[in-house]
Amino acid sequence: MSIPLITTSRWNIEDGHTLEGYLRTGGYQGLRRALEMTPAQVHEEVKKASLLGRGGAGFPAGIKWGFLPPDVWPRYLVVNGDESEPGTYKDRLLIERDPHQLIEGCVITCFALGLSQCFLYVRGEMAHGQERIASALNEAYEHGYVGRNILGTELSVDVVLHWGAGAYIVGEETALIESLEGNRGMPRLKPPYFPASIGLYGKPTIVNNVETLSNIPWIVEHGGDAFAKIGAEQSTGTRIFAVSGHVRNPGVFEVEFGTTTFRDLIMGDQYAGGIRDGNTIKAFIPGGASAPWFFEEHLDIPLEKTTVDNEGSMLGSGAVVVMDETTDIVKACHNVVRFFSRESCGKCTPCREGTNWLEKILDRILNGYGRPEDIDLLLDVCDNISPGISWPPKQTTICPLGPSAVSPIASALKRYRSEFDAYIASNTDTPVTVNGGRA
Amino acid sequence: MSRLNEENLRIARQIVSRYPKKKSALIPLLHLSQEQNGMVTNEAMEHIAELVEVTPAEVLGTCSFYEMFKRHPVGEYQINICHGISCHLLGAEDVLEHAEKSLGVKEGEITQDGKFSFEGVECIAACTEAPCLQVNYRYVNRVSSDEFDQLVTDLKNGQNTQIPKHGTLAKTRQNIQSEKLAGPSEVENASPPVWLQRNKEDQ
Repeated sequence: MSIPLITTSRWNIEDGHTLEGYLRTGGYQGLRRALEMTPAQVHEEVKKASLLGRGGAGFPAGIKWGFLPPDVWPRYLVVNGDESEPGTYKDRLLIERDPHQLIEGCVITCFALGLSQCFLYVRGEMAHGQERIASALNEAYEHGYVGRNILGTELSVDVVLHWGAGAYIVGEETALIESLEGNRGMPRLKPPYFPASIGLYGKPTIVNNVETLSNIPWIVEHGGDAFAKIGAEQSTGTRIFAVSGHVRNPGVFEVEFGTTTFRDLIMGDQYAGGIRDGNTIKAFIPGGASAPWFFEEHLDIPLEKTTVDNEGSMLGSGAVVVMDETTDIVKACHNVVRFFSRESCGKCTPCREGTNWLEKILDRILNGYGRPEDIDLLLDVCDNISPGISWPPKQTTICPLGPSAVSPIASALKRYRSEFDAYIASNTDTPVTVNGGRA
Repeated sequence: MSRLNEENLRIARQIVSRYPKKKSALIPLLHLSQEQNGMVTNEAMEHIAELVEVTPAEVLGTCSFYEMFKRHPVGEYQINICHGISCHLLGAEDVLEHAEKSLGVKEGEITQDGKFSFEGVECIAACTEAPCLQVNYRYVNRVSSDEFDQLVTDLKNGQNTQIPKHGTLAKTRQNIQSEKLAGPSEVENASPPVWLQRNKEDQ
């Protein structure tokens, strides 16, 4: 079945990122439509659409919007464009190829919720994306789509382009707010206060992902009901997936939720085209480096939030990383753990110390100095970060970064423990016990 | 000389004016100073502290958290080789090894002519183009050893004019006439936005 492209419709239009190209292809119609409605009606359409947040947690955007306390002003919109989850690669393309769509989504959201300023936080490393957004904003201001008295109405909202400087943790919404306030990007403790009640400058703040907001113009133009008809009952609309790793045709695809399976996405000719060199699949990460890994038997699971959650992983950020039979699982596991260890902000002890030790233990296993008790030690450290090593993970930390480092270890050990054992067996040195004594 | 120069000071004041609270401009101003000097110097941090009205220690506190800010010299062309999971699966370690051999320096060191330095970095969001790298935050996709050497040669000979020197991020700046700006809101005691009030009366 062919479905309309919602967020990626201009990706192949050469001048789709310019105001001229955007207007020619139906741009800013959602905003015009919104301005004919009341703010409450616009919010209602987004609720009807059941649009799930596209950042990773998958919380319904319309409901998140509803958490704003009445009568506290000002309120802010913060756009999370700090895409850094390994394997994830969609917000950058949305920013580079269709910046006006994102800006339109921001302005509509500010209109609907009475947000008086929007901060568009783009990851620091995305120089090209920043250029595209800066030019688009210059055009949008010039022609009255952003700024004072938008399209001649009393709606006045600034969209401020802000950029990060290299820190994965800033993708966590409270860390993003800290960073936007000019501080080190360390998450704030929540609950009790979520950004919707106490956020930027202590004021009510909505933090939404780039892809989430890029859906808003379509929803307002075509109506929430039309959007909800696409996709699965609890995961409406489309989703952008980036498929990378050992596939023939790695790429970024907008697919309908629910009707497509991982097998379609990884093996289908119109998508990633199967495993390279006719190899077999060993494992795949279904939703970014934080997600527990899936294996061959999970291929027929549909791309739908609830089903994937129930199977013990998550769709997360829409990043599918495929590993074929040639993959050294211990090295892959070490790679993902090293990422979380490097990116831990250092605020919570279990994460700061735990991820670091996980990396060190894996290091020594890889280098041929592994000890037989190292596997239990790995699991013990994992258990200290995320008690019970279950899914969804329990946390001893403020944010989910620490528990994310547990996912690859738990997954890899579950299926490929023998590879860890083989590395450990290759240790020809005199074994040393954990306590430092000679065995 | 590493305080912001006159032109950058003008830009800095413009950036500060767009935020309800000055300290929010801290990261953008650190980028601006890095663009001017190729790195972030102590003097620049002191100047930024004056501009956003915090102590220099607070500026350093923020600066030292973020990977992109270099408080020591790096090459004119800083090559960031991605070793995230997707690039790892497709040979990032080979690219890193080749870079070390080809440039004749170790990760984090600068070549004698001051032109190049390299390091392995976490995922740079080009996973379907693995293995990939960035030179001063400009992408080079699916890079082979030969292409790496060609890139280095071109940069050395000034044949690649696309990539600015280290520190420059977006070459396009926000350029908005002041009468088009809505202006930042008051953080305290603000009233509800006018467009919400009108709609209340309508209903």
